[in-house]
Amino acid sequence: MLARRIIPCLDVRDGRVVKGVRFRDHVDMGDIVELALRYRDEGADELVFYDISATPQGRSVDRGWVERVSAQLDIPFCVAGGIRDVDTARAVLHAGADKISINSPALERPALIGELAEAFGVQCVVVGIDSLREPDGEWRVRTHTGDPDRMRAPKVRTLDWVVEAQRLGAGEIVLNCMDSDGVRRGYDIEQLRAVRALCSVPLVASGGAGEAAHFEAVFREADVDGALAASVFHSGKLRIPELKRYLRGRGVEVRDD
Amino acid sequence: MRRVVLVDAGGANLGSVRYALRRLGVEPVLACDAEAIRLADRVVLPGVSTAATVMGRLRELGLVETLRGLRQPLLGVCVGMQLLFEHSEEDDTACLGLLPGRVRRLRAGEGLRVPHMGWNRLRPLRGDPLLAGFAGGDHAYFVHGYAADVTADCIASTSHGREFAAVVRRGNVMGAQFHPERSAGAGARLLANFLQVDP
Repeated sequence: MLARRIIPCLDVRDGRVVKGVRFRDHVDMGDIVELALRYRDEGADELVFYDISATPQGRSVDRGWVERVSAQLDIPFCVAGGIRDVDTARAVLHAGADKISINSPALERPALIGELAEAFGVQCVVVGIDSLREPDGEWRVRTHTGDPDRMRAPKVRTLDWVVEAQRLGAGEIVLNCMDSDGVRRGYDIEQLRAVRALCSVPLVASGGAGEAAHFEAVFREADVDGALAASVFHSGKLRIPELKRYLRGRGVEVRDD
Repeated sequence: MRRVVLVDAGGANLGSVRYALRRLGVEPVLACDAEAIRLADRVVLPGVSTAATVMGRLRELGLVETLRGLRQPLLGVCVGMQLLFEHSEEDDTACLGLLPGRVRRLRAGEGLRVPHMGWNRLRPLRGDPLLAGFAGGDHAYFVHGYAADVTADCIASTSHGREFAAVVRRGNVMGAQFHPERSAGAGARLLANFLQVDP
């Protein structure tokens, strides 16, 4: 049986791991490779690196650190940030990333998803979605969320985009629920359930993890394949071995340490 | 030091496989010419791509007969393992035919997502030096939408909707559907066994 994945997310800016609350006020968390190896040793199943400075600054991800991580890490990792064409994706994958995640560039030019799927297979292509509930009650996407001053709202319903992204060749969806991101009150189960119902590829929940029970809830109630979290791990509030013991004890299939 | 050649057929996980071998103290040579591959002590055929893309590239490079004629241990990884079989349903692709059998699409279903992505358990089917040190139930990291049927050459299987071949071996021809380069301890063990195994 496929294990539910625990995925620490490391936001990368200028070659360092940073973390902000509600996408603002970034604080330095440490060296990329050092943190990656610490999480690997603790039992992380996968890592995601979001180069949050890449898209707002209009440049692509720095491949130097991808290669440094790949040389040392023996669990899978995904790189996101500023990948907007097949050549850049190839360079990042060749530097050692297992998957690439695209967000703003996919919304700007949806054909990119198909081009990447064609070149590398759907299994390498993750579509990241930043989603927010608007006053009319609909969930809609946001782009360029790495920099609050440049964030855009392209008037696309999240649920429509989830369907479209899969049709074009997304092999995995990471749904970041911005209303709950960084505040540690639990994942947005309602939104994740709605997306799960439309998502036949793996779905990863992001935004809101604050304690072990939040992970159990999102696996059980929203049936997601993986749960991504940042500050709850970076702060040391929740350790992965403790989280996995908790989940195992409650009958959630997780990878053995 | 054994001469390990990584076949460069454009597969995107070349880098990570190279690093995994380096972590075991082996410096593999990247090669896409027949002579270098024939001279190797060990040949690894990685592949993150589609079956048709990698087969097309092998044909372009004139490597199909080279790979078919190898006597030294050959390890196919992920798509590289699928290519060892006769045929893949992915784009209706004729493969290397080193192992009898077919590669078929995994079907999505209730609670079953395709691609099969993540850590799943290996079920050893028979003892083999390639699986030395595997206890049964070891987790390995998979990312794939197609899989080979369980045949007589399958030495470990995994289940995702249906039982499929996770590790295969027939003489010098070996394959892993999972990614040893990203499967932590279990992956390193498989690669180390491959470097040790007698053809």
